Amino acid sequence: MNTGFYPGCSLNGTSREYNESVRAVAAELGLKLTEIDDWNCCGATAAHSMSRELSVALPARVLALAERQGFDEVLVPCASCYNRLSVAAHELARDEELAAKVGAAVGMAYSGKVRIVNVLQYLQEHAAQLLPGKIRHNFAHRVACYYGCLLVRPHKVLGFDRLEDPQSMDGMMRAIGAEPIDWAFKTECCGAGLSVSRTDLVGKLSANILGDARDRGAEAVVVACPMCHSNLDMRRTAINKCLDEPTDIPVLYITQAIGLALGLSRKALGLQRHIVEVKLQ
Amino acid sequence: MEDKKRLSIKLAEDIGVDVSRCYQCGKCTAGCVLAPDMDIAPSFLMRLLQTGTEKADARVLGSTAIWLCLSCENCVARCPMEIDLPAIMDHLRELSRTGGRVNEKARPIVAFHKSFLDMVKHNGRTYEIGLVAEYKMRTMRLMQDVDIAPTMMAKGKLNIVPERLKDNGDKVGRIFANTIDKKD
Repeated sequence: MNTGFYPGCSLNGTSREYNESVRAVAAELGLKLTEIDDWNCCGATAAHSMSRELSVALPARVLALAERQGFDEVLVPCASCYNRLSVAAHELARDEELAAKVGAAVGMAYSGKVRIVNVLQYLQEHAAQLLPGKIRHNFAHRVACYYGCLLVRPHKVLGFDRLEDPQSMDGMMRAIGAEPIDWAFKTECCGAGLSVSRTDLVGKLSANILGDARDRGAEAVVVACPMCHSNLDMRRTAINKCLDEPTDIPVLYITQAIGLALGLSRKALGLQRHIVEVKLQ
Repeated sequence: MEDKKRLSIKLAEDIGVDVSRCYQCGKCTAGCVLAPDMDIAPSFLMRLLQTGTEKADARVLGSTAIWLCLSCENCVARCPMEIDLPAIMDHLRELSRTGGRVNEKARPIVAFHKSFLDMVKHNGRTYEIGLVAEYKMRTMRLMQDVDIAPTMMAKGKLNIVPERLKDNGDKVGRIFANTIDKKD
């Protein structure tokens, strides 16, 4: 299996620690990841809000590159990139007219051979069986597994996990000795792309999420999306304005929690980069 | 004549969505995290599209709701008729923007999208510092995130110079020229 790696812009910028922890966990388990050469931005929320053709064309170039470079599958840790690549592949397959326009715009065709996998799928399929012998100490904490929108919806296109109460991350957390809690905001939106233009609304929506996690006794929120992470971590001032009492609950990427259980250093996992300090061991 | 077409007809022709299938159960609005902040809640927006008068269509295209929609896809996930409301929202945004109908209050949201896409057009990837700088110039919200930027810089979360593709983004620039910037 030749697995390509598409970091996307966030993992090379504001969510560098997600990139670091994905690579650190893969390396520790002896899994090989090869970055797609010369990849471009997927277009994110901005592209599909402004132009359907652009929103399909940008991911189409990434997929065509992956196919050309001989990858069977591509790991896309960013939930937003994963969603945009998957939706684009779906649109290209079902709409011939659009596919022809996009092929001409990009200058490269994509025949649909590359499988697009998110971080939870990747961990389940490649890492889960390797974990038992590698765990140095259990990550024995009560955690709220937060999936957000983009890993599970649109379910018809992504076909991943359960729509309203997904379990894949909960399963991974149990495997490293954590106790996932039952809670109400697993797949509610954090405010996503309005982070800069309507920080007030992101504060409100993210406060609902962190408030519920805290009230149900979670010691940390675990995520698999850089947009969820940056809203829940970096927008803490706006969030705390909307809560009865401010919260300092930390937000970890799933690969950071797994990395801690594997005994990797906090620096290798980029834990020092968070705005809200992570004290959990 | 093209511009006089009802939105419901444009939606059917352009993206294949039939708004008449909505029977106003309200599940989209019940599940929408931003419905309380929208000027037109999702199910009401569907009703306006069904009504299809010039006034109703103008109200939809000039709403803040279409720009506040986060594309979280809860509405379509729960719609008993499986009406693709996020696809409707995307297309309405495109029609609102190209038709010069963007609501005044939604301009900062559009400015963010434009700034984001400008970074991608010129570099092939986004570039946070350039993005926020352009956004500030477009909106004159000069104080946006001045409190958090130094911390982000110290924690290595911001690239000083943009990452670029091998040809400085020319290939991606061409994708823009052939799609969103195309003159019909």
